[in-house]
Amino acid sequence: MNFGRVTGTIVCSQKLEGFDGEKLLLVQPLDENMQPKGRELVATDVVQAGPGDLVFFETGREAAIALENHWNVSDATVMAIIDAVNREDGR
Amino acid sequence: MKIGVVKGSVVASAKHPIYNGHRLLLVEPIDHLGNKSGAGFVAIDQVQAGPGDKVIYVDEGNSARTVLNDPKAPARAVLIAIVDRINVEAGS
Repeated sequence: MNFGRVTGTIVCSQKLEGFDGEKLLLVQPLDENMQPKGRELVATDVVQAGPGDLVFFETGREAAIALENHWNVSDATVMAIIDAVNREDGR
Repeated sequence: MKIGVVKGSVVASAKHPIYNGHRLLLVEPIDHLGNKSGAGFVAIDQVQAGPGDKVIYVDEGNSARTVLNDPKAPARAVLIAIVDRINVEAGS
């Protein structure tokens, strides 16, 4: 699972049937220092995350399995809202 | 499988049920010499690893589902061993 920050939501009226009812979030992937890593992506959501939330997300087939109906399409899903990251390496 | 080092832990109250009962650890990938080789990520602990431990992890869904013994688990990065020692032959 990779760290990310929810930076927005995306509204689409016209979309594939499988996406009905799925909230689409704009997520900026982060590295372990919470710095942006790579480009923003669009993710489905199973934890009601919102803009500003620090989250972690899963990609690939696991992103689709995480959805209620796991035959739905997704290649990125927000899996958790992070309360805290406890670093124990002096930083 | 890849090599990583545990750098800390991640706490999340609102999360997918698959993580219930599992520790979530912050892991940084390293090469066989111990140098950082990529960005840190979150993995599910299965070997009671702690900060500073070098670990072996799988980053592949079917393997993760087999380790977690759940054919529907939407997880991919799982720790599978704590490294005692890495022996590198001279000349490699």
